Amino acid sequence: MPPVITDLAMNTESDWMNAAHSTGTTIMAAEFDGGVIIGADSRTTTGSYIANRVTDKLTKVTSHIYCCRSGSAADTQAIADIVAYHLNFHGMELGEEPLVETGASVFRELCYNYRDSLMAGILVAGWDKRKGGQVYSIPIGGMCVRQQVSIGGSGSSYIYGFVDANYKSNMSKDDCVKFVTSALALAMSRDGSSGGVVRLGIITEDGIERKVVLGNELPKFFED
Amino acid sequence: MSSIGTGYDLSASQFSPDGRVFQVEYAMKAVENSGTVIGLRGKDGVVLAAEKLVMSKLHEPGTNKRIFNIDKHVGMAFSGLIADARQIVDIARREAANYRSQYGVSIPLNYLNDRVSMYMHAYTLYSAVRPYGCSVILASFEENGPLMYTIDPSGVSYGYHGCAIGKAKQSAKTEIEKLKLRTMTCRELVKEAAKIIYLVHDELKDKNFELELSWICEESRGVHEKVPESVFAEAEKAAKQAMEADSDSDTEDM
Repeated sequence: MPPVITDLAMNTESDWMNAAHSTGTTIMAAEFDGGVIIGADSRTTTGSYIANRVTDKLTKVTSHIYCCRSGSAADTQAIADIVAYHLNFHGMELGEEPLVETGASVFRELCYNYRDSLMAGILVAGWDKRKGGQVYSIPIGGMCVRQQVSIGGSGSSYIYGFVDANYKSNMSKDDCVKFVTSALALAMSRDGSSGGVVRLGIITEDGIERKVVLGNELPKFFED
Repeated sequence: MSSIGTGYDLSASQFSPDGRVFQVEYAMKAVENSGTVIGLRGKDGVVLAAEKLVMSKLHEPGTNKRIFNIDKHVGMAFSGLIADARQIVDIARREAANYRSQYGVSIPLNYLNDRVSMYMHAYTLYSAVRPYGCSVILASFEENGPLMYTIDPSGVSYGYHGCAIGKAKQSAKTEIEKLKLRTMTCRELVKEAAKIIYLVHDELKDKNFELELSWICEESRGVHEKVPESVFAEAEKAAKQAMEADSDSDTEDM
């Protein structure tokens, strides 16, 4: 076999030209007293190039179910669209809003059946009459598990300790917003592929309330 | 029957000039030849009771049951042709299982009722098929309380507090109307159901019958099942006593 000559310049170029858009990400969802809070950073990268610094990774599925997307932007957008269609149809058949558990189940079905061709790690969160605020985590193989608090994306590895140490069941809304914002800010400062602003969604019986914490408003820690 | 011989009753896909589909009406006749089945919905659950007519003493007791489990939380009772009903049971079970595997939660009864109704209705539209010769009662116990629906061979369905299908549905309905269903518990309803089945049974035309009782309530942990043997025995005893008391008072009158 002839030796392969690697052109370094060519490679750096092909990185942002050819690499897939992926949401190298930090995402998070946490149950609190009366609902659930979802949060995400806003960075979308094409290799090392930041394709979008104000991305919204919190995607609507129904008025009371949202998902946090991580992995391939194309895959997760497509899945979210398909699930939104299914749940809208199902809601009409039922005559009431689908349960969060049902929403997570439809995500799981797609993520599991197409696990070989997809790159998607999704958190499904929402509120329903039966079980209140709920978080379901659907990582890459297509498993589905309910958790009180869940984190995902490349940045999540940096904050497992923080989350384990600081999450409390039945927190107040304000405490939970503060907790999620701090966790995301910590992850964004350590993880190269997470950053930008913190996007938040607070889902309760009344629907969703969206919030943004800009880069210069992010909480500061010892590194200042 | 002025309909016979006019040719409009040969197919389910053709209306008669006065807007009727005779094949569907004949299917309802098939239901009226079959043993009575009632459903009572109280405050804490639903009770189903069936009068299973036994055609021969040679039959094994307890065969050809008329009450089925569709899913853990759903029961179905039928009146009419048993072979037709078994197909409906199979369809309902598949719907319930598919719903569970797709959506991860148990099927809501109103949704199952819509699906089974649509299925039965489809069989009233084409010339190559005949309508189902059975009516079914669906019962479940959900978060918001007990639910019960009845579906006709025409595919029409209604929700009920109390309903009756089969041979003696009229007299059974009159008896059910006397009950204060909304305030009664399943424990009480089981006895009433047994009494009604014994009362409407026509001893002259149909000699033998077996009583079937099932419930789905708080006491059965939201699961549809045959009533426990002790409850069954108690209810059957109460029904027999009520019948005797009834016939005693009849003789006194004479």
